[in-house]
Amino acid sequence: MSQIMAGRGRGQLTFSVEIVGIGKGENLPPSSVQPTPLFPPLDQKPVPLQAGEEAEYMLALKQEFRGAMKTLPFYIRPAAPKKDVERYSDKYQKIETSDNNLEWKPDWRRFPKELRVREKRPLRDKGPAVPKQPKQPRVDKEEIIRKLETLEQKEEERSSDEEEGEKKKPEEEEAEGEEEYDEEEFEDETDYIMSYFDNGEEFGGDSDDNMDEAIY
Amino acid sequence: MTAQEVRLCGLLLQEHFGDVVEKVGTHLIRSGVLTLRALAYETKLALDLVKKSLCVLVQHGMCTFGAGRRGPAGPVEYRINCEHILHMLRYPRYIYTAKSLYGDTGELIVEEILQRGQMTMSSTVKTVADRLTHNMPEGQSMDYSEVVSAFSRLVETHFLQRCPPMASAGSSSSEAVDTPIPALSQPAEPESHPECYKLPYINLTGQGKRRRSSEDGEDDQRAAKKAKTDNSECGDEGIYWQVNFQRFHLHFRDQAIISAVSCKLDQTSSEIVRTMLRMSEVTTPAHAAFTQALSANECKQSGIKALIVFHQIFRALPPSYNIARPILDQYLTLLVDDPMEFVGKTGDSGGGMYVVNLHRALANLARATLESVVQERFGSRSARIFRLLLRKRHLEQKQVEDFAMVPAKEAKDMLYTLLSENLVQLQLTSCPPPDYFCNTATRRLLEKSQRIEAILASLQATGAETAQLTEVEEMITAPERQQLESLRHHINKYYTNRLDSSENQVDETIFLLESYINSTQASR
Repeated sequence: MSQIMAGRGRGQLTFSVEIVGIGKGENLPPSSVQPTPLFPPLDQKPVPLQAGEEAEYMLALKQEFRGAMKTLPFYIRPAAPKKDVERYSDKYQKIETSDNNLEWKPDWRRFPKELRVREKRPLRDKGPAVPKQPKQPRVDKEEIIRKLETLEQKEEERSSDEEEGEKKKPEEEEAEGEEEYDEEEFEDETDYIMSYFDNGEEFGGDSDDNMDEAIY
Repeated sequence: MTAQEVRLCGLLLQEHFGDVVEKVGTHLIRSGVLTLRALAYETKLALDLVKKSLCVLVQHGMCTFGAGRRGPAGPVEYRINCEHILHMLRYPRYIYTAKSLYGDTGELIVEEILQRGQMTMSSTVKTVADRLTHNMPEGQSMDYSEVVSAFSRLVETHFLQRCPPMASAGSSSSEAVDTPIPALSQPAEPESHPECYKLPYINLTGQGKRRRSSEDGEDDQRAAKKAKTDNSECGDEGIYWQVNFQRFHLHFRDQAIISAVSCKLDQTSSEIVRTMLRMSEVTTPAHAAFTQALSANECKQSGIKALIVFHQIFRALPPSYNIARPILDQYLTLLVDDPMEFVGKTGDSGGGMYVVNLHRALANLARATLESVVQERFGSRSARIFRLLLRKRHLEQKQVEDFAMVPAKEAKDMLYTLLSENLVQLQLTSCPPPDYFCNTATRRLLEKSQRIEAILASLQATGAETAQLTEVEEMITAPERQQLESLRHHINKYYTNRLDSSENQVDETIFLLESYINSTQASR
């Protein structure tokens, strides 16, 4: 809307319309009574986008940056919907949203105290409540084999880790379901392989637990 | 803040940090300054989520906190920094600039720091070395010292700076009394800190680690986390670095001027202007050769860079430009005579005293931008009218017709269109009849550009799905499901790419216009 007409109705102009050069009864372009359309028709063809190495590289940078940000802990996702009943096996389930924990550790000297989130993990509390420093040992096939051989050594390491107050987080971030062998060792001192704790929800009611019946 | 700017900020926050942070951030923008409790109450979000969002925003310099209205004894208040949020549009440009100046190493350093908001030097070095090592052939790795040297150069040229130190905001040490948080109304300026560009001594030797198996970005994440937790031994604990946006903006401004000169005149002229700009830049070695300078105050007032003497220009030119003094003299004369007024001559002593006219240069660039926009949107005749108005400032309708050589009816239509787009203003004079059209433009155009930016971003967010879906449905008769999916994916990519590219380019325009507006305010 033109500045002259701001705040006034169409019929009340402070100047004679003729002065502007618009004759009586002449057709003016229609006044807009709605927000401009999202895709207005264009009279002129728009200039083509810049092409070239620089433009393409910057485009790639932009998209990669966006993608990277989504994987970083600064991208906050609200809590996953609660399950109906809390189950014992939940403790050992893979949790995708990592319990809304801040996975980065801010330097609290530079932040107001009130922003600290004290998370209690009743099922996992170990020792003093120190801010967690997640340390993820890389798990792959070779290491499983090595793990079996160096189990003693590993227990030593783990106890010294506890002394430093560090906790090893469960492997929540291993996304793929194919990697089932990752579940075989779990830090929470269980002797059972992870599939023991499958509550069967993913497999649509396979009756593994009822071994008495014959399987046809 | 205009409504469009607020919307754009929200979209940017959502893109990079998710819906929760977007909600918190947008609310803070609208309300001004708030306490944590108020923010949680008004957004109806869980307190923990609000806390985390604020942490994220503070970490990235987009939110500051401080003692509020009730003083140090009262609750902490938070304030959003919208400018910082809008800078996210420009991140690709910052990263690309670092690449062009300091190679891949520089590029990754700036990218890491932008992703994480602030980082210590040691953790940056380790993370970047790891990333570079990963891309190197087997058996090779990037030595930390190389990354340290790139980091140092970025600091020396002020592209990186230390984060302003905090009065301990709740120190975790065993002090009984917390030192009071400074008032929110006086956020610490990084450059007020004397050690802002001082490199810490770090005890860091070694090389980047290669990942054992090539996986996705999760490994980067873990490596980065590992790096972050290991930094206590290096000696730079607590010293965080951030990107110095102002410095990058200076660079962009110089680039804009240099490339304008290059387009208008030639490569050599642009090199001369580049040399002159570098000479006045405190952080470049070329400045060392330059002894005569106006005081900073005088520069600000007259909107010009420091005076540079001919002989010094001659000495400071890059060695590859082997031009004799008389030729240099000719080039400078050409520059001075050019109507764009990039360079001015202020005296004859010492072979000639020259200045780069920053304000004039920016004004001319802004004007050229506006003219180009009008031309592309409304056609060349409207552009002609617009240019006329720019030159003559005020014109009657009749004069417009005559000068622009455009028939009366067309002139009327075009003026009305420009009027309704707020590019032109109608001014009525109280005395005898004629009223004048005069030119307004810049502010409006800036808002328009930002509106376009916001529309682009929101289209981006929704993926412009519906438009493509109908297209796809019409195009295809009996496809395989997979084919349809991949086709849709391609079309999506096509539109997404174009939208993203447009964002980048619109931001360039916004930057130019903003620079011009800022320089008019500075020179008042």
